[in-house]
Amino acid sequence: MLKIRKQLVPFAYLSPTLILLSVLSLIPIATVFYYSLMDNVIITNVPPQFVGLSNYQEILSDQNFIQAFEHTIILALASVIAHFILGLAFAMLLNTKIIGPITKALFRVVYILPWVFTASIIAVLWRLLLNPNGVVNFVLSGIGVANAPIEWLASRQLALPSVIFINIWAGYPFYMVSFLAGLQGISDDLYEAGKIDGAGTVALFRYITLPMLRPIIVSLAMLDFIWTTHQFTLIWMTTGGGPVRASEVLSTFTYKLAFSSYEFSLASTTAMVILALSTVVAFFYVRNQRLANE
Amino acid sequence: MKHKTISLLLMVAMLLVVGGAALAQDSVTLEFSQWWEPELPEGSFRALMDEFEAQNPGITVELISGPYSTTRDQIVAGAATGTMADVVGLDGAWVSDFVKQGALASLTDMMSEAGYDGSELAAQIQLNGATYMIPVVNFVYPVFVNLDLMEAAGIENPPTTRDEFAAAAAALTNPDNNVYGWVLPLSTEQPNGIQNDVMSWVWATGGSMMADGQPNLVGNDEVSSAMEYIKSLWDAGVVAPGAFAMHEQDKVEEFTNGRVGMMVDSLAHINLIRERNPELNFAITALPAAEGYDGPRGLPYASWGIGVAENSEHKAEAWKLVEYLMSADVNSQLSSIAHAFPGNVNSTPDYVESDPLFAAAFEVFQTGTLANEFVGLPVAETLMREFEEPFQLYLDGDMTLDEFLTTAQDAWMAHFE
Repeated sequence: MLKIRKQLVPFAYLSPTLILLSVLSLIPIATVFYYSLMDNVIITNVPPQFVGLSNYQEILSDQNFIQAFEHTIILALASVIAHFILGLAFAMLLNTKIIGPITKALFRVVYILPWVFTASIIAVLWRLLLNPNGVVNFVLSGIGVANAPIEWLASRQLALPSVIFINIWAGYPFYMVSFLAGLQGISDDLYEAGKIDGAGTVALFRYITLPMLRPIIVSLAMLDFIWTTHQFTLIWMTTGGGPVRASEVLSTFTYKLAFSSYEFSLASTTAMVILALSTVVAFFYVRNQRLANE
Repeated sequence: MKHKTISLLLMVAMLLVVGGAALAQDSVTLEFSQWWEPELPEGSFRALMDEFEAQNPGITVELISGPYSTTRDQIVAGAATGTMADVVGLDGAWVSDFVKQGALASLTDMMSEAGYDGSELAAQIQLNGATYMIPVVNFVYPVFVNLDLMEAAGIENPPTTRDEFAAAAAALTNPDNNVYGWVLPLSTEQPNGIQNDVMSWVWATGGSMMADGQPNLVGNDEVSSAMEYIKSLWDAGVVAPGAFAMHEQDKVEEFTNGRVGMMVDSLAHINLIRERNPELNFAITALPAAEGYDGPRGLPYASWGIGVAENSEHKAEAWKLVEYLMSADVNSQLSSIAHAFPGNVNSTPDYVESDPLFAAAFEVFQTGTLANEFVGLPVAETLMREFEEPFQLYLDGDMTLDEFLTTAQDAWMAHFE
């Protein structure tokens, strides 16, 4: 009896976390998975019916879903790459010894501003800036680059690139702050040793800075990829996935299925596909973290 | 003595507890979810509720207010989980879906139980022979015309026919000054531009997009001619740029800033336009009809509708609130503060006599007929979106008229089978 009690003690300590995890994650995920295997769920009087994997078949053969999936991957990859380049560049700029502390503090505030705004504020801001009568077109026509108003968010060719640009603008400060913390943790001794060995600026960056930042880079890239695949507000409030699905991503596709067409089974199915995609990336993230700890 | 005092105190306490419990049992709190309160002058809607509470002791109204889209999402979620507010603000486009899932109670039954005479209601939204929504107030969508721009372009009178409208739009358009004749919001996020700004041209000429309760887009002369007409305006370059990402509020903003000469818009925005640009000189006129048409003009409209949740435990009290809002006096007050047309035929909003713009709008309202065929249709928002996508391709020249209408018809039919 005492032995059993002793064995249960660790679980008792874990129970608050286990209960929270179940309520906030496991039960919702299990419910959505259940819905994805059924038809006529939630918004219907007809009793739910088990349909197996047919919702998955329907979704995976839907051209609109495939298009949204491609757009999501393009958005996520482009954002991760651009966030990395911009975040690292700004972090190195702020870490340099050439600039004085007051100027550095000022630039830190300016560079981090996009991270301070919520997604809906960013969407409204960029809708105004990219409006055919907005500041961007005004500047472009002022310097003679554009003769007619450019329809950044209303053109099928430009909607997705515009949304990607906005997402990049909104997300780079997180990389910048993380890289800055990482750069400040690299010992100056390493750079001095490198210089003594005759390494130039590029070699120092390649053989000291990048390897030292590697754990942060990998973690950030994976987290950013997962976050971007879930991005909804920014896209919904700027283009709504249009025009003609030109900027449709999985999150807007799912929202329309659920809240416009009331197809909650199919919406749950796409949610499970997004979860699967995120889980693959999360698996590599966890593995990377474990290797880093070892 | 001491014991007596304690016993007395205990008795008083017990009476208070029992009495309080009895009072609590008699008192009912009605949840009323709607998007109206934020759109009305501050405190005005709450004041109406306070008046209702004063008239109905024991009933308290808790207003759950939010923007239109948030309210819709809340109602969808509430309907799914059986936690819908007792009384809900409804858009006609939502009714069919909520009825299909059994989330709305039949108002017909409540009316008969309460012995209510429905003859003074201007409209009732019915499905399968029962009423599920009553339009409390209505907002019609006439054409707003910028009179200063019209005068500068040498146009004396607002257009009444399609040809006159096209000529006026062309005369008003001056891309060098960033001024355009017409504005057409076709954002995918809010596809109601299809209802208000596109299909309204069909209804204005007495046309219909339906036949025998089924979609009728292909081979429909009224629909074809309206779409061809809009395409001709698009090709003429008289439509303000950015249409495919434009929301209704952007449309109003363009007109308010004097960058657009004409727009189809809700009367609800008159005060907003006046507040934003007091100098703007504008008028209201009916939507132009096709040449030679002299029948009644169909006027697109949107309603603040009301319904009662099936899951409500206080349906009788909920009906009292509906009845109160639909009474002639209260409906007059509400339509006056909302600058809308009343849902009670015996109500008269005060602005009709005091404001010449509203007087003109009232005339348009009285000479036309309310037309919104999306009300009561299943997944109405999806239908608008499914029409909008091929329509954008048609406007861009990537689809022919036949291809566009066939694509839209096929997509719509999937929801009617």
